[in-house]
Amino acid sequence: MSLATLLVLADGRLPSGGHAHSGGLEPQVSAGRVRDLAAVAEFLRGKLATTGLVAAAFAAAACDRPARSPGLDEGFDARTPSPALRKASRAQGRALLRAARAMWSLPPVGRDPHQPVALGVVAAAAGLTPLEAAVAAAHGTVSGTASAAVRLLGLDPYAVHGLLARLAPECDRIAADAAARAEDPIDDLPAAGAPLLDVGAELHATWEVRLFAS
Amino acid sequence: MKASSRVVAEPDGLGGTRLAVLRSESPLLLRRTGPTMVHLVGGGAGPLRGDDLRLEVEVAPGATLEIRSVAAQLTLPGRAHLPQSRLTIHATVGGTLRWLPEPLIAAAGCDHVTVTCVEVLPGGSVLWRDDLVCGRHGEDAGDFRAETTIRYAGRTLYRHDLSIGPSAPGWSGAAVLGGGRALGTVVAVPGTLLPPPTSGPGDFAVMPLAGPGALATAVGADIRPVRAALDPLTRPVLIHS
Repeated sequence: MSLATLLVLADGRLPSGGHAHSGGLEPQVSAGRVRDLAAVAEFLRGKLATTGLVAAAFAAAACDRPARSPGLDEGFDARTPSPALRKASRAQGRALLRAARAMWSLPPVGRDPHQPVALGVVAAAAGLTPLEAAVAAAHGTVSGTASAAVRLLGLDPYAVHGLLARLAPECDRIAADAAARAEDPIDDLPAAGAPLLDVGAELHATWEVRLFAS
Repeated sequence: MKASSRVVAEPDGLGGTRLAVLRSESPLLLRRTGPTMVHLVGGGAGPLRGDDLRLEVEVAPGATLEIRSVAAQLTLPGRAHLPQSRLTIHATVGGTLRWLPEPLIAAAGCDHVTVTCVEVLPGGSVLWRDDLVCGRHGEDAGDFRAETTIRYAGRTLYRHDLSIGPSAPGWSGAAVLGGGRALGTVVAVPGTLLPPPTSGPGDFAVMPLAGPGALATAVGADIRPVRAALDPLTRPVLIHS
């Protein structure tokens, strides 16, 4: 375990393409559902409790046993009904692997695994634990979206980072829950869904002009 | 209250379907209402806290079954010291199953979980609809959780949990239901039972799953837009006996 290594992996400046994605926020801003800081806070809370928990669990499970990643990848597919979100997740997984290959020695893993599965495999290669992989996944779920909120809504970046600080204990709790279940059968891993993220991603994918890829 | 109900549909050898088993316990009462149609008839209030209900459905290859309900399922609080109420549905489908019940209404103060596991055998076909209303009119939603697994030919095709109510962080935020008070989903195996992928109007999309199936999702301020989006996808079809 290395805290500095965890910071390197979880750093928003890691060149893995995360900045191109709004985590589902852009279509909800466009629909008029998210206009202010309070709505961003509720969006982040809901996202963390659903797709954040799932990402943390799959990252922890892939870190625990990287050899299980093909099955985990299928399990993540089954939890991602939106084809636009499957595509976005695989693109981010591929970009993360590309960056990570220059950083650590990775075991064989599919070409474009889902992002949380890739994150778990990379975390294991970096010598991190499943809990650390889960923390990085949970935090990454909300931090990318928070910075997208600043750009989409012109919010005060200090206030948005205040939200992230207040969500940190919840990220820790979710990561601990996810890591405790890392060895569960894949069907028993968390599967918390967020219907508006699915529906919004499908609508967003049809736009000709958009700021973010997803 | 504990109850266990079971229905088994088999081909009758003459091109139709016979119900080899139709056994029910209150409050999960099953009534045959047509050659290939069974209705769930509420045999009591609830589910209430402490209830443990189980429904088993088997549709053999060559058989056809449609299950509906006569009224919405209203989950209610019950006594606070009792465990959460639970409905477990297990279906094994080699033939054709259409599951089209009325909505579940999660009344304020309820604490209910519905666990659904559908095993579709190779060649089987399923249309599985679930509608949810978050609280009665003008009322907050209670705690409700749906855990749904749909498998095809031994592989998990769709795995989705949904939690709403005071214990579910951010459920009414714009990631989950966005202030919407109704949600409907239809899972189809094979996916060709639904129209081609589309999105809109409103919060509605038809999405091809990664495996041989599709999902239609609709979110609405109340159940009306959900019905308007999903009813055309689950229109009654003429099923010959």
